[in-house]
Amino acid sequence: MSEIVLEEVSKHYGAVRAVDGVSFRADAGKFLVLLGPSGCGKSTVLRLIAGLEDVTAGRILIEGRDVTRLAPEKRRISMVFQSYALFPHLSVAENIVFGLKVRRAPPAVRESRLAGVAELAGVGAALARAPAQLSGGQRQRVARARAIVAENRICLMDEPLSNLDAQLRHGMRVEIRALQQRLGMTVVYVTHDQVEAMSMADRVILMREGRIEQAGSPEELYARPATTFAARFIGTPPMNLAALADGPGGAVIRGTAGAPVLAGRGTGRVLGVRPEHVTLVARGGVPGSVSSAEYHGADTILTVQVGAESLLVRAAGRVELAPGAAVRLGWEADKVHLFDAGSGARVELDQPLPQPA
Amino acid sequence: MKHVYGWLLLTPAAILLVGFTHYPAAATLFDSLFSTGTVVRPSRFVGIGNYAALADDPIFWQVLGNNFWFALGTIPTSMTIAMLMAIWVNDRLPARALARMAYFTPTVLPMIAVANLWLFFYTPQIGLLDQINAALFNAPSHNWLGDPRTVLACTMVMVIWKEAGFFMIFYLAALQSLPPELEEAARMDGASRWYFFRRVTFPLLMPTTLFVLVNATINSFKLVDHLFILTKGGPDNASSLLLYYIYQVAFSFFDTAYASTLTVVLLLLLAGLALVQFQLIERRVHYR
Repeated sequence: MSEIVLEEVSKHYGAVRAVDGVSFRADAGKFLVLLGPSGCGKSTVLRLIAGLEDVTAGRILIEGRDVTRLAPEKRRISMVFQSYALFPHLSVAENIVFGLKVRRAPPAVRESRLAGVAELAGVGAALARAPAQLSGGQRQRVARARAIVAENRICLMDEPLSNLDAQLRHGMRVEIRALQQRLGMTVVYVTHDQVEAMSMADRVILMREGRIEQAGSPEELYARPATTFAARFIGTPPMNLAALADGPGGAVIRGTAGAPVLAGRGTGRVLGVRPEHVTLVARGGVPGSVSSAEYHGADTILTVQVGAESLLVRAAGRVELAPGAAVRLGWEADKVHLFDAGSGARVELDQPLPQPA
Repeated sequence: MKHVYGWLLLTPAAILLVGFTHYPAAATLFDSLFSTGTVVRPSRFVGIGNYAALADDPIFWQVLGNNFWFALGTIPTSMTIAMLMAIWVNDRLPARALARMAYFTPTVLPMIAVANLWLFFYTPQIGLLDQINAALFNAPSHNWLGDPRTVLACTMVMVIWKEAGFFMIFYLAALQSLPPELEEAARMDGASRWYFFRRVTFPLLMPTTLFVLVNATINSFKLVDHLFILTKGGPDNASSLLLYYIYQVAFSFFDTAYASTLTVVLLLLLAGLALVQFQLIERRVHYR
């Protein structure tokens, strides 16, 4: 089957470890997203899979075959580039069949496949035009059509939506996901946009500084971030991370006196709770004062100063609270994450949590 | 008042343009309709008399023919070499900067210096060419620049050597502006380097090619410095070019009217060529 396996793959440029011992498996017919900030090595991983860069160490297997030293064209994979890489002097139709011509497909085959993918990608009306005459979204569709016309089972996409405006991106996400499912392709998709990762992926691999930070389904990354980095990267606004301190009745948020949020030790630990899981409560909870309120339409993002930490609260609708207003914050015990302050790694909660409500 | 300021601002440039471009051009056209005046015979209007003389001048036709072969021999060759060199030094290769500089060096040298250099290559017996020929093939000495059959070819080789590096810079700049993803996309599709060059690089270099072509054509009529050093147009006008002939007529024979006539013909020729080339550019370079 058309799965991709990476075994301890590394790519070093001199002393720089762009990719450092990365292993993962992209299952056949699934949508895998490589997610991470710029410079984390995700695009390099994609180029290693494509064969556009040579690995420094490790093995790459595609469909069970070792392709580590194989030329790109022998790997039977397609690629969509961030810049789309359309040939400016060729028409849309010529761009799409470029690869078929290289491989000397008979004209009849070219014509029928062209008609098929143009229909699938939604560029049927633009076939005679030049890339320069197309909108960004149309160019993206042409690049996609060119990738699927070869009928490879695997398609690599390198930030294909980053050149489009926000409105168009949403539609394109839906289109790409639908196309992948319809054709049953294995897609490896690189992005720095966690919304794309969450909404499209079957599986997300979060990368940081050339290494895998966490791999899992979008739900897993959201519900159980393995590190503070993962916790901050997924979700908008990002998860609140508040340093804890030891208090008389248990761990308290640094800079607060009472209201323990956790039984046991606090120093050296970081409490994580997502803004959407924090609620304003009438009594109990953790006291704080509002420092700003940002109205977004469907909800309001409150910034609340609690001790030495500032926490974000996502409140539904419009919340009228002047800066300086006193509020009390509460959350459910099972929505709390705990991390080690030094390593940033997730710490499993071994003791029951008293609810601050 | 506004108009005064406008004209004042335009004046310096206008004086230079009129004084050194427009007036000389008009004066040349005017002079070509008169005979050359001497102390005893003042200049008088002869209409197209000078042009009739030009049509009957065998040296003019020979020089025009020389210029035609010179252009045909130097332009395509130097452009091809320039493109190949640019592709070569655009690749990742060790000492790339050194290679680029080496190819560009002939352009930096003044033509006079280049001609002096090549004079030593072509000199009979002691020249580089003759020495190599003697050593390898035991061939007799040949006067490369003294033989009407070889002299034009010899100057052509030298001009190609000098021009190719200059044109290479334009190709190199164009190649560097091509996004590398194009080649990567083609590689993923299995296109060979030659296929990619033929179907993508070469067509995308077309604007540069046409620009270089215009320049090379103008140069082939403009570059005559080497003739002063190498051959003085000889032997028997075998290496003379149109502009050099104009120079000779004007400043060796002091026949200013006939020189003006030749100049008008040269200008018309260049204008015609430029028109044709710009038409081509309009038609072939529309995808951007």
